[in-house]
Amino acid sequence: MQRGRVRIFGYEVARWAVLAVFAILLAFPFYWMFITTFKQTLDLYTLQNNPFRFNMSPTLEHLKLLFQQTKYMVWVTNTAIVGGIVVGITLVLALPAAYALTRLTGRWGQRVGMAIFLTYLVPPTLLFIPLSRVIAILGLQDTIWAVVLVYPTFTVPFSIWLLMGFFKSIPRELEDAAMVDGLTRLGAFVKLVIPISLSGILTVVIFTFTLVTQEFVYALTFISTENSQLISVGVPTFLVRGDVYYWGSLMAACLIASVPIAILYNLFLDRFIAGFTVGAVK
Amino acid sequence: MAVVETRKLTKVFKEGELGAVNDVNLETREGEFLVFLGPSGSGKTTLLRMIAGLEIPTAGEIRIGGRVVTHLTPRERRIAMVFQSYALYPHLSVYNNISFPLKAQKVPRQLHKQKVEWASGLLGIAHLLQRKPRELSGGERQRVALARAIVREPLVFLLDEPLSNLDAKLRASAREELELFHKRVGTTTIYVTHDQVEAMAMGDRVMVLHNGFVRQLGTPREVYDTPADTFVATFLGSPPMNLLENDDFIVGFRPEHLLPVEIAPNPAISFRLKVKVTEYLGAEWILYGTVTGGKFDGKEVISRLPSAASFEADKTFQFGVREPDLHYFDRQSEKRTQPKVLTWQ
Amino acid sequence: MAIKTDPPASAKLPPDPAGVQPPRHEEGIAVTVPWHRTPENRATLLGIAMFTPAVLFIAVLIGVPFVLAFVYAFTDVKVGSIESHYVGLENFRSILQSPSFKKALVNSFIFTIISQVLVIVGATILSVALKDRFRGRGFVRFLILLPWVAPISLGAIGWKWILDSLYSVINWVLVVLHFYKPYSAPMWLGEPHLAMASVILVHTWRLLPFSTVIMLAGLTAIPKDIPEAAEVDGAGFWRTLFQITIPMMLPIIMVAVLFGIIFTFTDMTVVYVLTAGGPYDSTQVLPSLAFFTGILAGDLSQGAAISLFLVPIMVAVTYVMLRLAHKSEIA
Repeated sequence: MQRGRVRIFGYEVARWAVLAVFAILLAFPFYWMFITTFKQTLDLYTLQNNPFRFNMSPTLEHLKLLFQQTKYMVWVTNTAIVGGIVVGITLVLALPAAYALTRLTGRWGQRVGMAIFLTYLVPPTLLFIPLSRVIAILGLQDTIWAVVLVYPTFTVPFSIWLLMGFFKSIPRELEDAAMVDGLTRLGAFVKLVIPISLSGILTVVIFTFTLVTQEFVYALTFISTENSQLISVGVPTFLVRGDVYYWGSLMAACLIASVPIAILYNLFLDRFIAGFTVGAVK
Repeated sequence: MAVVETRKLTKVFKEGELGAVNDVNLETREGEFLVFLGPSGSGKTTLLRMIAGLEIPTAGEIRIGGRVVTHLTPRERRIAMVFQSYALYPHLSVYNNISFPLKAQKVPRQLHKQKVEWASGLLGIAHLLQRKPRELSGGERQRVALARAIVREPLVFLLDEPLSNLDAKLRASAREELELFHKRVGTTTIYVTHDQVEAMAMGDRVMVLHNGFVRQLGTPREVYDTPADTFVATFLGSPPMNLLENDDFIVGFRPEHLLPVEIAPNPAISFRLKVKVTEYLGAEWILYGTVTGGKFDGKEVISRLPSAASFEADKTFQFGVREPDLHYFDRQSEKRTQPKVLTWQ
Repeated sequence: MAIKTDPPASAKLPPDPAGVQPPRHEEGIAVTVPWHRTPENRATLLGIAMFTPAVLFIAVLIGVPFVLAFVYAFTDVKVGSIESHYVGLENFRSILQSPSFKKALVNSFIFTIISQVLVIVGATILSVALKDRFRGRGFVRFLILLPWVAPISLGAIGWKWILDSLYSVINWVLVVLHFYKPYSAPMWLGEPHLAMASVILVHTWRLLPFSTVIMLAGLTAIPKDIPEAAEVDGAGFWRTLFQITIPMMLPIIMVAVLFGIIFTFTDMTVVYVLTAGGPYDSTQVLPSLAFFTGILAGDLSQGAAISLFLVPIMVAVTYVMLRLAHKSEIA
């Protein structure tokens, strides 16, 4: 009589087991970053100590080293600046483009949209060699402007695709009504469509920013001086003195750079999926 | 032995609140077409899903074919179900859709072909066996869903509003097909709908549900001619029954029984009716008006007449209702009561 | 038959204070509009104006370097060289003879295929587990997404520490469990085959969340009554999963696989940070080799030639994606 209940209980247990295993495997490195950040150096490098807990009291020395004796904050600032500017450029280019391709150009517009999206698949590891020469010729070598120029090449296609999904979900009748009420097409776009899509636009902003912080190849190729570098390249490159890895500070750097972005990302993920499935499944 | 029986079947979703289904007792009759009728939220779909095994009851018992199945999985109940969307497996051909239940129940391979051909022949879709669901029309999809349901020779069919997703034209022919199908196959069927016309047309018996309670269970004639309470009275029949409150009881009469005294002489009650709006529907008139004078002055009533008559709006006519066409309901409980003395002047 | 309502008292136009007469029918004037001012064409022109900046930007900054990659591969350009000469297939000849290149080519395929297989299996399991709502789902999802959201290089550095030759926590556990004697535990990044496994591990770790999210979207797109119909038809958990759910998810699984292939095959970061291609080129892949050759060693033309080998994969994936998109449009 209780077979139904037992069966469901069995599934619950299995599900929690699966989730626990995966969550541990996937999140473990971050736990590891966390514990390494706060462990005293001696504790870290004494093999007999149990690495999973604090054998000596936790310390802030690695954090202090990171903030005071390295250029970490410079990289954070650079990344933030680059992120902000690239987001701006992306919105300026992608918003009108996505709207035009969704509303104003019919079937062939969809095709162009698809083509633009496909450029996202062109890998930086193919373009970086010619681009390095272009950057050198333009004299942007070793400055953040090199990446500011190049990053939109992948943020724009991605954002156009995402925005097209969002715009498609807005009923045409809203703009038609606005135009009957006297707005021009452009006016309807600026005064009606953009405000309605604010949450979608915000999602694009967050994801674009995330893409910028994750990028490695271009930053590595175009920038070699510490002062102009971004987090993603600065941390693995300059926090290593000779052959010695300062693991405490390294892990601190990774932790600080990863977790806030992850929190933001999660907040917007549902909206992203909604935009993505609207676009893909008509 | 009834194919499907429920005793005191209850489903409560939120503790402390009234259940979606409350204390439902039912026994199907051999081979009947039983309709669960009610508005959305009445519990009819939840009730069906409990019988199917897709929801676990909070209390009560379900028996199918004499066996207690209350906590059994759907596959152990020997039922078949047709969903509102038909739920055809889009990636499988029609043949594989129909044979899927056979595979799942581990019916020997050699028998599959024969059974699928029998089921598809019965529904006239043998020529569609290699197609995929997306290539079929709405009516064809219904037939595939029915074939898939019948191929296992279940004890009972459960249908969850299968006609709601069809457009009006298709609905009529699909309904006819369902009725023919039931005649041919004769399996006990439970059919859920919110459409009272469907319920009256198709059902051998109709169970009217409201807020999770059974209001009445009876033949279409019973629920229409002798409704058990004001809800049943107004839910069945369109336009709905006119209800007038009189002291401690309510008197009701259907629009088709509110007639000019010229047509219905010797009415039990009669009053002057000021016609406000008239609708000419081709086969009949619908008149919306207010009572003038007497106890019910100002009350709005509806009348329904054959189209031969002619009427003008804003005119007042003498209308009446004959005694046998009057219904009486207790004002407190809203339930049907004995005829009372009416003081309407 | 009386009509319901009377028509308004006057059917004429209201009195006209301005004294302007509305045009009468017989005097209609046809207005011709130049083609670029009709509503439809104006909309199209506006559309073109709106997307041109983006298209131009992409065409220049992706199209031009793309072409240049081909050009460089056939010349002898190096970092700092002023002029360059056409050298035909010389670059290709020399890289095809180099053992590093052959290893890198093979590795690119091995790493990609193995990691993608692991990712798909893992993501399928995980997405099924995550499908239904439950308390704490948001937090679990946060944990699961961390590898994908964190910058690639930082996640790789984290693993480098975990796999460290002396202080690896994995080794510590293995020693404590007596699988190995102290100081004889595996050198994850120092021994060629182990290093390859480590790279595959990090790629899998990073892509698992991404594929899971995509598959979850595909899973939730399946209408609720299909698994219910399967249940009523008599299918148990496994049959429903393998015969109904997964086949219905196939298009989205394809999408996840295609993206995964591109992201893994063309990635240089994991190898660069984790092993720098070592030990002895055993974990070298095409993109990292292109970097070392083209940028660090300065031989731009050879580097470009190596990176051109990424193009066939790119084209294949693009083609399959287009076919998929086309199919889903008809369906």
